[in-house]
Amino acid sequence: IFVFFIISVISCIHSRTHVNYEIKGDVAVIRMNDPSVNTLSVQMQREMTEVMDEVWGNSAVQSVVLISSKPGSFIAGADLNMIQACTTAEEVTLLSQEGQKMFEKIEKSPKPIVAAINGSCLGGGLEFAIACQYRIATKSKKTVLGCPEVMLGLLPGAGGTQRLPKMLGLPSAFDMVLTGRSIRPDKAKKMGLVHQLVDTLGPGLKSPEERTIEYLEEVAVEAARGLAKKQIPLTKEKGLMQKIQDHVMSYPFVRQQIYNTVQKKVMKQTKGLYPAPLKIIECVKAGLEQGPTAGYLAESQNFGKLAMTPESKALIGLYHGQVTCKKNRFGTPEKEVKALAVLGAGLMGAGIAQVSVDKGIHTILKDTTLEGLSRGEQQVYKGLNDKTKKKSITTFERDSFLSNLTGQLDYNGFNKADMVIEAVFEDLSIKHKVLKEVEAVIPPHCIFATNTSALPIKDIAAVSKRPEKVIGMHYFSPVDKMQLLEIITTDKTSKDTTASAVAVGLKQGKVIIVVGDGPGFYTTRCLAPMLAEAVRVLQEGVDPKKLDSLTTGFGFPVGAATLADEVGIDVAAHVAEDLGKAFGSRFGGGNIEFLKSMVDKGFKGRKSGKGCYIYQPGLKRRDVNTEALEILESYKLTPNAAISSDSDIQYRLVSRFVNEAVLCLQEGILANPVEGDIGAVFGLGFPPCLGGPFRFVDSFGADKLVEKMRKFEEVFGNQFTPCQLLLDHAKDPSKKFHK
Amino acid sequence: IKKTLAKPGVKNIVLVDGVRTPFLQSGTIYADLMPHDLARAALQGLLNRTGLPKDAVDYIVYGTVIQEVKTSNVAREAALGAGFSDKTPAHTVTMACISSNQAMTTAVGLIAAGQCDAVVAGGVEFMSDVPIRHSRRMRKTMLSLNKAKTLGARLSLLGSIRLAHLAPELPAVAEFSTAETMGHSADRLAAAFGVSRLEQDEFALRSHTLAKKAQDSGLLSDVISFKVPGKDIVSKDNGIRPSTMEQMAKLKPAFIKPHGTVTAANSSFLTDGASAVLIMSEEKALAMGYKPKAYLRDFVYVSQDPKDQLLLGPTYATPKVLEKSGLTLNDIDVFEFHEAFAGQIMANLKAMESDWFAQTYMGRKTKVGAPPMEKFNSWGGSLSLGHPFAATGCRLVTTVAHRLQKEGGQYGLVAACAAGGQGHAMVIEAYPQ
Repeated sequence: IFVFFIISVISCIHSRTHVNYEIKGDVAVIRMNDPSVNTLSVQMQREMTEVMDEVWGNSAVQSVVLISSKPGSFIAGADLNMIQACTTAEEVTLLSQEGQKMFEKIEKSPKPIVAAINGSCLGGGLEFAIACQYRIATKSKKTVLGCPEVMLGLLPGAGGTQRLPKMLGLPSAFDMVLTGRSIRPDKAKKMGLVHQLVDTLGPGLKSPEERTIEYLEEVAVEAARGLAKKQIPLTKEKGLMQKIQDHVMSYPFVRQQIYNTVQKKVMKQTKGLYPAPLKIIECVKAGLEQGPTAGYLAESQNFGKLAMTPESKALIGLYHGQVTCKKNRFGTPEKEVKALAVLGAGLMGAGIAQVSVDKGIHTILKDTTLEGLSRGEQQVYKGLNDKTKKKSITTFERDSFLSNLTGQLDYNGFNKADMVIEAVFEDLSIKHKVLKEVEAVIPPHCIFATNTSALPIKDIAAVSKRPEKVIGMHYFSPVDKMQLLEIITTDKTSKDTTASAVAVGLKQGKVIIVVGDGPGFYTTRCLAPMLAEAVRVLQEGVDPKKLDSLTTGFGFPVGAATLADEVGIDVAAHVAEDLGKAFGSRFGGGNIEFLKSMVDKGFKGRKSGKGCYIYQPGLKRRDVNTEALEILESYKLTPNAAISSDSDIQYRLVSRFVNEAVLCLQEGILANPVEGDIGAVFGLGFPPCLGGPFRFVDSFGADKLVEKMRKFEEVFGNQFTPCQLLLDHAKDPSKKFHK
Repeated sequence: IKKTLAKPGVKNIVLVDGVRTPFLQSGTIYADLMPHDLARAALQGLLNRTGLPKDAVDYIVYGTVIQEVKTSNVAREAALGAGFSDKTPAHTVTMACISSNQAMTTAVGLIAAGQCDAVVAGGVEFMSDVPIRHSRRMRKTMLSLNKAKTLGARLSLLGSIRLAHLAPELPAVAEFSTAETMGHSADRLAAAFGVSRLEQDEFALRSHTLAKKAQDSGLLSDVISFKVPGKDIVSKDNGIRPSTMEQMAKLKPAFIKPHGTVTAANSSFLTDGASAVLIMSEEKALAMGYKPKAYLRDFVYVSQDPKDQLLLGPTYATPKVLEKSGLTLNDIDVFEFHEAFAGQIMANLKAMESDWFAQTYMGRKTKVGAPPMEKFNSWGGSLSLGHPFAATGCRLVTTVAHRLQKEGGQYGLVAACAAGGQGHAMVIEAYPQ
């Protein structure tokens, strides 16, 4: 019988695939290890409940340690598929309530539970951890704590909105839940989110990762024992500041004031386009003002409601898209790029150098003048030095990154380059000259990438001796901040060249779309008609500030007038002219002559200090450039009242953008709608709450969009003619870009 | 008797003798001195012990870590004060805890290259007084004040001083590259190798017990007496304090709280002290009528990751120097390893005993093996005798020579770790009696 018992225990352990446990003296160590990154899936929750029941029922166990066997992740969050599989809000609410119940049992555990955190502890993982009695985290760079739900249009639905305010105080809790920001271990300790920190270990008798987890477990087991024996107190003596804060917060009118302030701030930032933050405030308020029962109920119900919103579906779609665009669908390149050369130390060139040297790529930054080179090297230095001020890297790391950078005026060392990225002036003849010069000095395997925002790559490659090694890499400014990289392949670009460019981009931390060649590729081509429309709107007498508020009111993070200033009026004029030639009247709208007059006056946008607005260093407030308005006077158009309401203007701007995006898919410039959405959101600031142009068509309805465009088409003609693919979708509502 | 390590065409270089001042806990009897005073005492002690004519010395090299800015070339200041000829050049070297090893191997190099015949090497560390500086902002203001021409300019500069600028800058025993203190790194290292608190306390107790025994039986003959101005004559190290395991167990961790294992009792303490050795070509030593104590043979310097392998120098240096000498660990009769922390020593011993570590991190086929404890630091070590950073190297070498004489062995091995993730090892051969 005894043997049987043992066998049944063993088989019981083996039947579980996600959670197992071991009894160490009087401490039960529960280890999570699912086939991926530890998500709170149905399976994980079922096994966890089983294990917890066994542990609670085992009288030999006095305390519990909860730990992950994975080096990079404690629990990465709830299983999104579980939520996406639901078809009604009620189903999702039920999921939330199950989670709430499970964590309530954890919170009320008679045996203290220590969460031993190494790696990401996010979303549902964080909610699990804060339900435990004690938290120990490693100082690993991979260890982050946070509630990213809001970024997916959701809220922490398993007690997070209820426990965090009590644990951290209202201001910190709101900050954490509303921004979704990831919190590093040292900050988490300071905030009181974790009790104890454990250092990461270096080489020993096992690999550093393995031994660090073991060490964390040893420390956690000791802490669990201490807690069970009451040698470690569960509640920490509060500091003076904390006591004062608690006292102040005990007044209802103070809390009310905070709710109001936070609400206002959220409305200002989201323009009311994102429901999740508002619902989060509602849940926190319900819990604190009406008690836990009301709070938990509000949390689960709002969680259900949010999961059904188009905003959440859009944001989750972007999340999945981003994961897809962080993979190299072209495979591993034959040769890894270890030595890079960047031509042109301007804003773009230096930016590309910066995101390369800090990833360990040896980078030559070449310019033609000492002044240009010096400015570029300073930009790289400043970019990295600013990171030391934010303490994301040390000054020592900064120095060692900078040692990867070689600034020079000649082609010395290009014979050892694996890839050259040129970021010289956007002029075909200059690009040709540079390509020929470079091809004369680089080794045969070296890739020539061109950073252009509009010139067709095949035109640039026309003078190349080896067009299979030529590719477009369109970075966005500022390179160190913008996540997107648009890679452009020509018919002649080899697959290995593409694989290599994607690999470099991924190493630089970019989200990547790979598109076909053509004037303006994908991103610039979508932006150009929208900016042409924006110029027309300005000509119709709409103030730049009004234009900005109409665009941001639609969900664009940057208004159209400001965007033109950021891109540069000269660049916009240049691109409008080039693309106008390529695509004809469809790209018309605003008068290019207006842009040219602006450039003639020196109003080139932010970089020149004046554009649609006046920019003064050190001043955040911007005034409209009245001289620009004067120029506008001479290009004045009379608006047609039938299509000039605020909403009409918004749809005039957006529909041209969206139609062009769909046309790019139709023409095969885009490989799929996912990359189209990612490119538009991450490169051009298309409203994230809409999920990108393709998801927007799906959720708004192609038929409704076509209807609007037809109305505009009557007045403006072919600029608003819907493309065939859009018409197909309008005709058949079952056709969707995203399943 | 085993073969000699003499190599054809390579000059035999010998340690004639070595001395040191008593090593005292900083802030005690030496508190009012300056570093060059201690160095001078060691140099004079060496002259007395060897009866060396002052003008017979060709060159002097000294090591130091925390520099007194007034005597940045402390070798020269001490030599002049000790009465060496003002025609004898002197320079100072720095390489953290292996600074005097660097001084000695510099001497070996000068002799091997045929440039010198007799060199004095040594090291000094004075932790009772360290340079505490004004803040950078304050220094900048003060330097500008020097250049300010008008009263108005001076007043405006003085007016720019804020209270915060007056906060001083203290030197820390921390890595510049990682900003991690050495004790913190040692605690992590101990954890990485699974060295327990108990093992560390036991090793520390062993060090103190052996040191006490050596002190009581008069084995620490390298220590010279030193009359400290205004104080009594000092002739003994004052940090040797064998405690009990129970007492040591009571201490709280010093660096990683609350779960760390490195404590004040199992770490080396801040120490003042100086050491000096006389190194000569064998030919010259014999010509001058000396009976050398030992041959200084092969040596190596190594370096590795200053973050996670800061204190693993001995593990990397030992197999390398043995290979160079054509020896194995079994050939060594006397081991003297620098004990920075008990946890660091135990971690090194475990690393040397691990095939996995040798293969994964050192690119070696097999482990070198850990020294047998009966041959290891048997007269105490840095944990108990004290560790004046730059003076320790000469103590290790002199102790090996003395132990070889006393215990009758032929080969000794010195190994030490140092800040910056560096390390050193040297093979020493007994001089035929």
